[in-house]
Amino acid sequence: MQSGEPNVIAMAGFAIFIVLSLVITWFAARQTRSTEAFYAAGRSITAFQNGLALAGDYMSAASFLGIAGLVALSGFDGLIYSIGFLVGWPVVVCLIAEPLRNLGRYTFSDVVAFRLRQVPVRVAAAAGSLAVVAFYLIAQMVGAGNLIRLLFGLSYEVAVIIVGLVMLAYVLFGGMIATTWVQIVKAVLLLTGAFLLAMLVLFQFAMNPLALFNEAVRLYGEGVLAPGRFVSDPVDGISLGLALMFGTAGLPHILMRFYTVPDARTARVSVAYATAAIGGFYLLTFVLGFGAMVLVGQPAIRAVDAGGNMAAPLLAEAVGGQAFLGFISAVAFATILAVVAGLTLAGAAALSHDIYVHVFRAGRASEKEELRVARGATILLAVLSIVLGIAFKGQNVAYMVGLAFAIAASANFPALILSMFWRKFTTRGAQASILFGTVSTLVLIWMSPTIQIDLLKHSEAYFPYRNPGLFTIPLSFLVGIVTSLAAPEPAAIEGFARLEHQIHLGEDEPA
Amino acid sequence: MSDTEVHLSRVAATRWRLAVMLTAIMTATYVGFILLVAFNKPLLGTVLVPGLSIGILLGVLLIVLAWALILIYVRWTNTHYDSRVADVRRSRRAGL
Repeated sequence: MQSGEPNVIAMAGFAIFIVLSLVITWFAARQTRSTEAFYAAGRSITAFQNGLALAGDYMSAASFLGIAGLVALSGFDGLIYSIGFLVGWPVVVCLIAEPLRNLGRYTFSDVVAFRLRQVPVRVAAAAGSLAVVAFYLIAQMVGAGNLIRLLFGLSYEVAVIIVGLVMLAYVLFGGMIATTWVQIVKAVLLLTGAFLLAMLVLFQFAMNPLALFNEAVRLYGEGVLAPGRFVSDPVDGISLGLALMFGTAGLPHILMRFYTVPDARTARVSVAYATAAIGGFYLLTFVLGFGAMVLVGQPAIRAVDAGGNMAAPLLAEAVGGQAFLGFISAVAFATILAVVAGLTLAGAAALSHDIYVHVFRAGRASEKEELRVARGATILLAVLSIVLGIAFKGQNVAYMVGLAFAIAASANFPALILSMFWRKFTTRGAQASILFGTVSTLVLIWMSPTIQIDLLKHSEAYFPYRNPGLFTIPLSFLVGIVTSLAAPEPAAIEGFARLEHQIHLGEDEPA
Repeated sequence: MSDTEVHLSRVAATRWRLAVMLTAIMTATYVGFILLVAFNKPLLGTVLVPGLSIGILLGVLLIVLAWALILIYVRWTNTHYDSRVADVRRSRRAGL
């Protein structure tokens, strides 16, 4: 593969995906007449569909291309990431999915603000959401620009603008219905592509993954099956692990998915489908990484992209020729588009539902008005993501995804848990916990070696660890608890009985 | 508080204990795995059969454990918790 050389089949595959997804958007647009349709797909998504859509939201191009590349270049270390991304899901299903569905309407701020004072909590929670969405979105846009330049030969700027505009069409016209179906199509394509590619690889090793791993050992030494330099510092390792684990339960675009299903039971079951798909996908990715290591070779992978991001496409070319490379490239592009659409919708919901309706209009906006503002917010976010995508060109974006997970785990997760399960939680406590979580994560990452040494080329960092989660997550809980205990809020304690009731019985039952 | 509501709060407490327990199992196992990665790299690098190291085996088992914990939770709530919630709904409706 020559990087930047246009592949006709990739172009055709991608064109087909865009046409298909725009047809979906057209059908979805005819049903998107209410806020419930726009934010929550009319709560009509089944457990299986939502499971695939959750998996679609979660399996970003970063995990497909990034983890395959990480495994291809460093073996076992790539597995540490895959596991981190999966172990958060039992937390989501046990603690978050059902209460969230029963307590809220469109955003996770609905849940935090349930029995607290609306305005201050909404401002803080929306800020937490938007911080996560912004960093995640920038990382995806920059990744998209690089990837499309490598795969299709388009210029970086053109690629970022195309992604921004197509995603805008999905969200603006088709809202959550279109976004969900684009996610489902993309998840099926991605799983099929990864499965076919893994089978083509294993076919050369008598369908035995161990034979593949053993061949990798023969070529690159036993080190590929052992932990390498990735977790060199235990504090950093655990810190990253906790951020990945609890960050999943605080990602606004993932949480929003639980509102698209009719009831709590469906929300719960959809997580089981999602994790089956995600876990299976990561196991396949592991085979793909080792496949690329053995069949393409590490020098050839590094020659195209030093970070290893092209390992999976190169492997597709090696085992399936130009046609399969084209298919996998189109799938990777579809993946980016779908994830970006989900993020934008979550950001638009925070701006319109939380900030505009509940803060500026004190909850009294008409449905038509809210829908108009939500669409305006979508356009704003699409333009911003294009501008930021171009502004951050050439930046290393891996840390931004880490940052998004760290903020989600430190700002959103503690407030969500405390608001649902701790009677004495107060408005001030929620505000303090969310703002502390966001700011402390940003500050510690700015002080970390990632920014100070790698990016700014200083000789020393102010803070020795790259991942702040181990400190910021417990401290956010502590700040929330101490602030709440310092000034009790009788109305919030009174509202807790109503909250407990609705956690189990849902909204339709009068208390 | 009616009888069914007492039942509900009892089953809710059981669900809460199960949820916390499963979350704790996942967190502890995962942190344990990372500690092994950090402190005992040679152990994880030990090759059991050609192509399979202890580290890879444990990694795959962690993914399987996550699946198992989710299945346990979903199966328990689907059979025990949902029917109890439905009972409470029914009796509330009858009482209204």
